[in-house]
Amino acid sequence: MTYVANRAVITGVGQSKLGRRIGRTGIDLACEAALNAIADAGLSADDIDGVASYPGPIMAEAGFAGASTHDVRNALGLKTTYYASGVETPGQIGTLLDACSAVASDRATHVLCFRSVWEATAQAAAGRAASLTAHVTRATGHPAWRLPFGAASAANWIAMMAQRYMHEYGLTREQLGNVSINARRNAALNPNAIFTAPMTMEEYLSVRMISYPFGLYDCDIPADGATAIIVSRREASAGLRRPPLTIEAAGTAMYDRHSWDQRADLTRTTSHDAARHLWQTTKLTPADVDFATLYDGFTYLTIQWIDAFGFTPHGKAGTLMTDLERHSKDGDFPINTHGGQLSAGRLHGYGFLHEACVQLWRDAGERQITKDVEVAAVGIGGGPEGGCMLLRTEN
Amino acid sequence: MAGTRPEPPMVRVLPEVTAESMAYWTGGADGELRVYRCQDCQGWIHPPTPACWRCRSRRVEPEVASGRAVVAAYTINHHPWLPGFPPPYIIAIVEMEESRDVRFTTNIVDCDIEDVHVGMPVEVVFEHREDVWLPLFRPMAAATKGGAS
Repeated sequence: MTYVANRAVITGVGQSKLGRRIGRTGIDLACEAALNAIADAGLSADDIDGVASYPGPIMAEAGFAGASTHDVRNALGLKTTYYASGVETPGQIGTLLDACSAVASDRATHVLCFRSVWEATAQAAAGRAASLTAHVTRATGHPAWRLPFGAASAANWIAMMAQRYMHEYGLTREQLGNVSINARRNAALNPNAIFTAPMTMEEYLSVRMISYPFGLYDCDIPADGATAIIVSRREASAGLRRPPLTIEAAGTAMYDRHSWDQRADLTRTTSHDAARHLWQTTKLTPADVDFATLYDGFTYLTIQWIDAFGFTPHGKAGTLMTDLERHSKDGDFPINTHGGQLSAGRLHGYGFLHEACVQLWRDAGERQITKDVEVAAVGIGGGPEGGCMLLRTEN
Repeated sequence: MAGTRPEPPMVRVLPEVTAESMAYWTGGADGELRVYRCQDCQGWIHPPTPACWRCRSRRVEPEVASGRAVVAAYTINHHPWLPGFPPPYIIAIVEMEESRDVRFTTNIVDCDIEDVHVGMPVEVVFEHREDVWLPLFRPMAAATKGGAS
């Protein structure tokens, strides 16, 4: 069993220049990433007949919606039979998973999928906090139920989920800290990472508190950068530059209401629905996973993906990452070898998929995983929505 | 020694009042916490929706709830996200006494930040701003814990 009957594969990836306050627009970064990915696949822009992105042209904090599907179509003169963007999707990869369906049903052949952010530059003048409410006079939609109470940030909303998990299962701040320390150690080998100096547990615990139990180092870093991934119809991937990557399985389920506070079990997020769905569609099991890239917009979201994928029994996810050498490039279960969003910057989901691809292609440079790798688990998003994938090399 | 007790903020970003949310945001004018309830299956619903997510009945309408709840999760916010809303303050998810799977995100007030905990019984108190009465929650007074008076 494979996702969309094994008709869609990943054939190329690309990124723009990455960093903080690069001083370039999200559209500019998206075009750079797109052209890099197209070249990486061994294609030309004329071969691209589909475009997909997250989140589309929505109202959001400055720099969050870096470039829309139309922006990139127009800038690169793409002639497409398929185009889509959206924010009501299973995590930031939701529209990429729909692009797989599009190529599998012959609506397109090579789809350019991308995510672009320039939050670091766009929010530099006003500051992050002001950016969250700059466009708000009265709170509407789900923030109407949160902003009046000063619950302005996902840091607040997810902190409450983490607090409940701590209360129920004894998760500790030190265990959250291990997620951040592991990311930082791995980031030292990523030339594009933002923070690379090693972090000690003492530093993690003593940094200023943002929203208990989250301190500053539980929160990822606003960044500038775009990531593009090419999804191709399998028959069209023959002879391209890279061996195609198989999408062994994908999890897109949401079985409860989309909510920050109404899920039946406050210790299980939508990641659990997505991962359960994923395991229902494959013969592989958690024991077959060679390494993982798990969303870390907040440390607790990585804990949630560990729990959701079943790498530990429910409630024990904090106990997985104790011997951090196991999760380095040299370990038996590498996690977030690029440094995650915690140390490499909030590329918003796509960075994890990019890392899984380059590791499977053994093209990760100095941070290449030492052992042989065949299967990657990728968990994207978290909280009220998320999506996940199992990627596999072809033998 | 006295703990850290948050003061009311100078400014709150207020919610847009919609046809569905009006009961929740304005019930406080009469001292009432009004929450949607299905008239068929009797399930409480929050946030309000024009149908019951449990039984799909369209016979939903606001009812007066007890205003009593229990803290299900909380965070102490320390970051100055909002002008006129200085930290620290307590944000919590509280569960209705009538139906523990129906929750409100709110502030816990009249409470030291050191004292909030999961399982803490709380009761509604309204803060009037412009055209809305924000349902906040404070620790249930010990004398009324048993439901007396």
